[in-house]
Amino acid sequence: MSDTKKAVTKSGNLRTKKKANKKTVLVTGAAGALAQQVINRLRKEYNIVAVDFRKLSYHSDEIPSYKININKRGFEDLFKNYQFDSVIHLGRISSGEETRTNRYNANVIGTQKLMDLCHKYGIKNVLVMSTFHVYGASPYNPALIDESAPLLAAELTFDLVDSVELENLANIYLWRYPELNITILRPCNIVGPGVNNSMSNLLSSKYAPVLLGFSPIMQFIHIDDMAEAIAIAHKKSKRGVYNVATNDWIAYQEAVKLCGCREIPIPSIPPVLPRAITSVLKMKMFPSYLINYYKYPVVIDGSHFSETFGFEAKTPLREILRNYREMKE
Amino acid sequence: MSLKSFLKKTLVSKELSDQLDKIEKPVGSLGYDPWGFNSDTNKIVLSLFSGIYNKYFRVETSGIENVPATGPVLIIANHSGQLPIDGTLIGYAVSSREKSPRLPRAMIERFFPTVPFLGNFLNQVGAVLGDPNNCAKMLDNGEAIVVFPEGVRGSGKLYRDRYQLKRFGNGFVHLAMKHNTPIVPVGVVGCEETIPAFANFSPLAKLLNVPYIPLALPFILPAKVRLNFGKPISFSNDDLSEEQVTRRVEKVKSAINDLIAKGLDDRQGIFE
Repeated sequence: MSDTKKAVTKSGNLRTKKKANKKTVLVTGAAGALAQQVINRLRKEYNIVAVDFRKLSYHSDEIPSYKININKRGFEDLFKNYQFDSVIHLGRISSGEETRTNRYNANVIGTQKLMDLCHKYGIKNVLVMSTFHVYGASPYNPALIDESAPLLAAELTFDLVDSVELENLANIYLWRYPELNITILRPCNIVGPGVNNSMSNLLSSKYAPVLLGFSPIMQFIHIDDMAEAIAIAHKKSKRGVYNVATNDWIAYQEAVKLCGCREIPIPSIPPVLPRAITSVLKMKMFPSYLINYYKYPVVIDGSHFSETFGFEAKTPLREILRNYREMKE
Repeated sequence: MSLKSFLKKTLVSKELSDQLDKIEKPVGSLGYDPWGFNSDTNKIVLSLFSGIYNKYFRVETSGIENVPATGPVLIIANHSGQLPIDGTLIGYAVSSREKSPRLPRAMIERFFPTVPFLGNFLNQVGAVLGDPNNCAKMLDNGEAIVVFPEGVRGSGKLYRDRYQLKRFGNGFVHLAMKHNTPIVPVGVVGCEETIPAFANFSPLAKLLNVPYIPLALPFILPAKVRLNFGKPISFSNDDLSEEQVTRRVEKVKSAINDLIAKGLDDRQGIFE
């Protein structure tokens, strides 16, 4: 790529001069709060190209931004135009958004296409965002689940099949094309300002459903820390699968109380009852397919990531929960 | 003030609180560890349990100094009494001993996490799902772990089978060998008589997906409990066949049988 290149983005931004010594990173899912934090951390050191299929996001005049579906043919043009050095794939539709088919197409087929393009264009550093949900919430889960544990989520609910498939796919590419240096991150619950997942929405709300008699141990990581974890993993690029979690734990019902939520108890037995209640009420922040995650613990061991990348979360758990309480006051 | 804070303030004496604070526990900033142990709940329960341990079951211990002051250890005992009273008594005994108290973790049967309230409660006082991965991680953390290798075969046995050890699983010896961990055998005498069961409604238990539903008295008898701790047994981490491992398991089982026999010899009657 020449030192000077102009590219008019779909947002109408003018792509300014690219410095030859700066590497170029493609960030998918760029409209999300986490991606924006990641971009803020990388922008000084890298040229960023932001992509999201949901909406156009604006980051700065220097950062070209596109609203484009990975599965569309035009997506490859970005690889031709920008000569990416690395890809940070955060563009995953969370469980509960869209239909199962659309989610599968975006998360699994879309990721496969992205991986193929990474291979075709010789990308040497690919980071894929997964979730701790892939382990599945089962009463027989041990604590401190490490990366070698089986991914049981698909067995427990069809709504998480795409999450597990995305992981399996990334794993296949990780071993088939080691030169891609794929890093897969499985973070615990990401929370904090701007985070729009079911857990963060639940902690933000005035009323929080709880299953009577069940208060599983949970882990929370602040969005700032997660963005830092991604930035470090991208910079050091050590391929493999890593859990990302803090070394602090709390029971769900106590977390809810510390966030200033009023508990709404839901009968927990027989197991079909809470599923039926949440399905009928269409509770987005307490979806029926995630019921087991509010019943049984899925506590992951983040030590492999911490040791490999020298990462340590900085935001204390108490502060994370207090922020949610203060938001309500 | 939350209910937990109120109970802690009302029930937990400063002496007990100070003593328990001296025991190092790898808990997070809000008092929880990854297995759900909660230091405040544990203090409240131990305060309440003091009377049950000393006055109701009038527990007598011998050889409790055999549990090492630090480092990983597997405390292996016979299981009885329908409810996990034996594990709680062993836990209390070790955590309230004068010299080098420890907070041991009890491994519980796999159906407990599915029981509302009880599963979480047991976790908060230190009990952990009986899973080899859990056990391995805790041994790496240098914890003392109470294991009942008979599992539900032991706790659910009928009164007529009292003090007859059921089959032991081999898992604990594998863990002891792999993690270079001493085994302290314990013979529990008295818990068999706390909830004597005369029959088991197996079909109903199967229907409700629980291990057993005993025909038993609807209350817990104040049988006197004796906990006899034996000398630590260590096994080297050799490459053994399962049959050879079973022989090592039998050695531990035999030590527990001797400790039970000692406890039965010492007592004059069920309540004495």
